[in-house]
Amino acid sequence: MTTILAIESSCDETACAIIRNGNEILSNIVSSQINTHTLYGGVVPEVASRIHVENISTVVTEALAASGCSMDDIDAVAYTLGPGLIGSLHVGVMAAKTIAFAYHKPLVPVHHITGHIYANAFVTELKFPLMALVVSGGHTELVWMKNDYDFEVIGTTADDAIGEAYDKVARVLGLGYPGGPAIDKLAKEGHYNPDYKLPTPKTDDPHNFSFSGLKTAVLQLNDRLKRNGKEVVPADLAWCFQETALNSMVDKTIAAVKEKQPVMTVLAGGVAANSRLRELMSERMKEVPECELVIPPLKYCTDNAAMIGAVGAAAYAHGMFGTFEDAADPGLIMPGEE
Amino acid sequence: MKTLILNTQSREETHALGEKLGAAAKENMVFLLSGDLGAGKTTLTQGIARGLGIKRLVTSPTFTIQKLYRGGRLVLNHIDAYRLEGLSQDLGFEEYMNDGGLTVIEWSQFAPQLIPDEHLTVTIHLLEEDAREFRFEAAGKQYEELLEELA
Repeated sequence: MTTILAIESSCDETACAIIRNGNEILSNIVSSQINTHTLYGGVVPEVASRIHVENISTVVTEALAASGCSMDDIDAVAYTLGPGLIGSLHVGVMAAKTIAFAYHKPLVPVHHITGHIYANAFVTELKFPLMALVVSGGHTELVWMKNDYDFEVIGTTADDAIGEAYDKVARVLGLGYPGGPAIDKLAKEGHYNPDYKLPTPKTDDPHNFSFSGLKTAVLQLNDRLKRNGKEVVPADLAWCFQETALNSMVDKTIAAVKEKQPVMTVLAGGVAANSRLRELMSERMKEVPECELVIPPLKYCTDNAAMIGAVGAAAYAHGMFGTFEDAADPGLIMPGEE
Repeated sequence: MKTLILNTQSREETHALGEKLGAAAKENMVFLLSGDLGAGKTTLTQGIARGLGIKRLVTSPTFTIQKLYRGGRLVLNHIDAYRLEGLSQDLGFEEYMNDGGLTVIEWSQFAPQLIPDEHLTVTIHLLEEDAREFRFEAAGKQYEELLEELA
């Protein structure tokens, strides 16, 4: 039996969870700053790190109390080393080190994105080889996992992450932050509009993604319509943007799944909460019936510490321990990535 | 030379221009990139990274504000101040700016406290489709020399 105390503070959320055996949530406490950031139209790093400092002790105390565990029951402290906002990361890293030092526990530093992938361990046992489509505000990646805790990034965005494209298009359409849920909701009222044709993203590497050109095309289309005195129908533009972005991404994912033949494909990250993406993946994965598709429940799509505990348990099992010299790394690369 | 204007006709030409900039960059230099959404700031930075010999793909840092790329001749410290509008606090990014690397800041008007006296400003204008105009302005002798090399 392994019990992990996990800490996550890479962006908006200050979070702590106690996880048993990598898939049993004894407690999962999240304190979100999303309302604060909504005022500013985005994540504000200085505000973020100050609020993390205020919240971190509370979430750790609450997580322990809610789990019914004492520090004697904890085998290791897992935490997000990076990537993320430097000021925010520092808070979680320092908290983890302090706890590990005071209670003589091993440290298990993990990569934030691997946590999103392992959030699916709360749905079902992960089976390998596995393909993960990781989609969030800062990431759009295809991660190939031949075995447990073995990561190979086979595709990435060549420019903007999908969540960033959503946020910027939402800003153009005046929808506010965060843009993803706003576009997803608005697009449900939209329709195909032949005047709003957008270019399908093209990349050199078939596994890579691109959203910058699409974002610029939406901007230019919006400007052109206004210049010509035409009324812009935001719902239709949202629909056309979303269909173009998601279909391109899902096409590439399905092609990669057919090529690499994993036994399981998982969706991960904040944008995995997008209802149209969930629908498209479910539809298209029918082309590959031998591969199991796992879509995480909405509560595991956003940042949380439970997922850090899940991947922390895998890292712990593989002896991937850190030291007190490890420093928060905003540019941390995936284990095994060049 | 204090000012230089160059045009590119395609993404590839923008990459090549960035590559020349990256190859000519010296340690602790600071480049400020400005231009509208979609102007090509990240595209130019991708070229700069290639010019530094960085193999990793440079992607937009908007979400995490800062990204670091190692493995090249100089560390590339890529900052995007897009989300910092209206704030002027110590964000902890300075410690990465005098660390022997090259700092590229997008939307620097939103983080004026990060701008050193000497720097290179690159203003990008979207002409049409993939054509862009790049206006370089040097503040400081080493940046004037850089422009002479680029011209």
